[in-house]
Amino acid sequence: MASLSTSDTFFKSVFPLKLRRAKLILPKPQRIFACSLCGSPQSRSLTKHSSTTQKQALNIADNGKKWQSVIGLEIHAQIKSASKLFSGAGTQFGVSPNTQVSLFDAAFPGTLPAWEQGRQEGGMESKTVDKGLSRGDGVGLMEIVTAPDFTCGDDAASFVKDLRDVLVTLGTCDGRMAEGSMRVDANVSVHLPGDPWGTRTEVKNLNSTRNVRLAIDYEIERQIEILENAGVIENETRSFDAEDGQTVAMRDKEKLLDYRFLPEPNLPPLVIHLDRSTLPSESSSLFVTLEEDGSGIDKICLPDQQREILEKDYEVPLIHSVVLVRHGLYDLFVTLVTHHNCDTRAASAILKTSYVAFLDDQKVEASNSPVSTQELAELIHIYHRGEISSSSLSIVLGELSIKQHLSCQAIIEEKGLWMVSNEEVIHAAIDEVLAKNPQNVKSYKKGKVNQLKVFTNKVIKILEGKANASHVQSLIKEKLDK
Amino acid sequence: MLQSYNPPYNATMVEKVIDAGGIIVGKANMDEFAMGSGSLDSCHGAVINPWNLLTFSCNQIQRSDWCIAGGSSGGSAAAVAAGACLAAFGSDTGGSTRNPASYCGIVGLKPTYGLLSRHGLIPLVNSMDVPGIMTKTIEDSVILLNAVAGHDIRDSTTVQESLTPFTLDHEIDLSKLHVGIPKEFHAPGLSEEVVEMWRATADHLEQAGAKVSQVYMPHTRHCLICYHVLCCCEVASNFSRYTGIEFGLRSGSEESTEELYAQNRHYGFNDVVRGRILAGNFFLLRKNFDRFFLKAQRIRRLISNDFKAVFDSGVHFLLTPTTLTDAPSFNWFCEKDNRSRCAEQDIFTTPANMAGIPAVSIPLRISRRGLPLSLQLMGPHFSESRLLSLAHWLEQQAGFPHLDLDFLDKQAIE
Repeated sequence: MASLSTSDTFFKSVFPLKLRRAKLILPKPQRIFACSLCGSPQSRSLTKHSSTTQKQALNIADNGKKWQSVIGLEIHAQIKSASKLFSGAGTQFGVSPNTQVSLFDAAFPGTLPAWEQGRQEGGMESKTVDKGLSRGDGVGLMEIVTAPDFTCGDDAASFVKDLRDVLVTLGTCDGRMAEGSMRVDANVSVHLPGDPWGTRTEVKNLNSTRNVRLAIDYEIERQIEILENAGVIENETRSFDAEDGQTVAMRDKEKLLDYRFLPEPNLPPLVIHLDRSTLPSESSSLFVTLEEDGSGIDKICLPDQQREILEKDYEVPLIHSVVLVRHGLYDLFVTLVTHHNCDTRAASAILKTSYVAFLDDQKVEASNSPVSTQELAELIHIYHRGEISSSSLSIVLGELSIKQHLSCQAIIEEKGLWMVSNEEVIHAAIDEVLAKNPQNVKSYKKGKVNQLKVFTNKVIKILEGKANASHVQSLIKEKLDK
Repeated sequence: MLQSYNPPYNATMVEKVIDAGGIIVGKANMDEFAMGSGSLDSCHGAVINPWNLLTFSCNQIQRSDWCIAGGSSGGSAAAVAAGACLAAFGSDTGGSTRNPASYCGIVGLKPTYGLLSRHGLIPLVNSMDVPGIMTKTIEDSVILLNAVAGHDIRDSTTVQESLTPFTLDHEIDLSKLHVGIPKEFHAPGLSEEVVEMWRATADHLEQAGAKVSQVYMPHTRHCLICYHVLCCCEVASNFSRYTGIEFGLRSGSEESTEELYAQNRHYGFNDVVRGRILAGNFFLLRKNFDRFFLKAQRIRRLISNDFKAVFDSGVHFLLTPTTLTDAPSFNWFCEKDNRSRCAEQDIFTTPANMAGIPAVSIPLRISRRGLPLSLQLMGPHFSESRLLSLAHWLEQQAGFPHLDLDFLDKQAIE
């Protein structure tokens, strides 16, 4: 099993170049990473080389000791390409076994690796190198290693999410962690302030951001507990069991595999040039340039720029913009607002909830949505005018994907999804709910204001979701407070 | 391991020959996975040098002390020498084309690394393997080389440009040639006959107007040990593909995958192959990597630089023996094991593989035992056209009597 001598230097040179380039076009070197849980912005530079800027999380043990945790990540991202790196075989996920295996992939004797001249998306002529064991696999991997700059699971998971967004935006990785397109290894250690860093363990193969967070937090807790009880942390490799949320030792040091790598003799060195100007006139060696082709990277708006624009220009709250950007809805949102005059709040609310759920349901990317932007805009207008509820809107989306010849108006009509405009019907429903729940009415009158929500939900249920919740709630309040 | 394996594709070399109108007659015997220099370690049995037929009748040979064909591509050499085919391909990693060519009295050409595609060549040492061309005459070698040389997208190490076909220079101007005689190639064990022929040929070149001088290649003496380390390392890596899962022999217990691998590999490889895999894995251990593999790579660079220095100093070609002696006898060869014999037999041929330069073995004389004697010419990278022109001149001057087995047909008729 041969590997490439060039791989390490290749990664060090190619990937940071991409990042550096990405960084160049940013207004400031510091990038905003949104914490997915609380929505609070965290400042962090994308290329982490310095450990001096780290902020360390404090974990306070039962006896009041404050432990600091240090986390570093190693991320393997599969390169999005139509073919494998060294053979022309396909790379689709979930197709029949053995249909994407070339003679080379199956290691037939006499077959040799060759750089696939397959076009890489993302506006760059570049190819990257497989890291190691390739038999039966052979899809290119990017290896991205961070400095030990993270302090807790959420911190690290947020970075992974953002990195994923960047790679997906650049088109270099599809970012589907569940399919194994991105895997994370986390190095975790804890120590007391002022002490040298503790012995680290490595948790391997984390395949979701949730698992990154849970595994790291579990590992921090586990190490603190051992140290609190005067134990010793073993330098070991652990795996994460998502079922019970624990990390378990994978293999002990003695059994650590020695892969016995040697440089790959079948591929001549690949020379990387920033642009064509440095190309030697007469060179028979293989080369790539990082020059942009027509759809240059400069035109790509990176995730945090997108969020910034959403926040500054459209006043979309960060917690909404994170979701929009993560699901690739930035372009759609801008089109809806600028070309179709949709209300920004209505558009972001619908895209963030109903539309994301709809795409999820249809198992399609935003770019392949069965619903046209035109129809979606019309729906958002109708919603914004208060003529349908958000739950009805979801139904219309579902119908539109099947009956593409119908307009949303026609579907609303056909399904009878217009908002109940007859106030009497609403009042009748309210009366019915209040009459059926005298106990709740009593407790409301005693001051339990949250009962209002209970009533509202019941009324909306009777009205089959075709009513505006806040309108119904105010009517109920009016009635009860009389 | 591959006895019952039918490759699902043709090698580029084979394709090109077919495209050029050639007819493929068959496959030839050789040492298992090209590991050996006697063509005795094959699961199909040993290759017998056809020159034996001048001394023994067919049914006497097995009982006599017959001469070996050399290896590892001994079958190819024997087939060409016996006239069974006009040309054959061999694989040349440390001399496997030139060694049997020398013993069987034919031309054995190892072209520059990268001139011919290795796609379809079962790999031994990827960084040294070169498909070799074996023919009776230099002229035939040129025809074949022109047909198969050039870039192949399926082998990234092939030259980017396709080769412009060339013809031999029949009016070679020897007065403009400088031929080097490397001092270090006067190795122990070199037979008197070979030394004499070497000296006579050098004198002949000088008399014909060429400049002939002694040159020094101080690192050549490390060549075989260095070759052995690099070879074993690449073998260990290359041969991990032979698990018996995707193709090849499957004869093990299917209780566990690891056990299946182990048994397939135990039954599928001979001692020589297993020995090299074991050694290679040892050299590549993390703790040994620098001491063995990396060191050998550095020495390889020094050996290669020796050639560069000599060629840069104005020497056009190097003239050396191909083998120590004429074809050894079977009994003598079997006195030592495969590894010792390789370390001794490949002494003049491995340096060209280390440096990736072209080398050709040319039969020039008949020894006192009635067997062929050959010399080797080596030149700078991609100097085939001029190298073969000089080889052609030597061939013309020598008038080597090729093996003619027509008398066997007459005997059969009688």
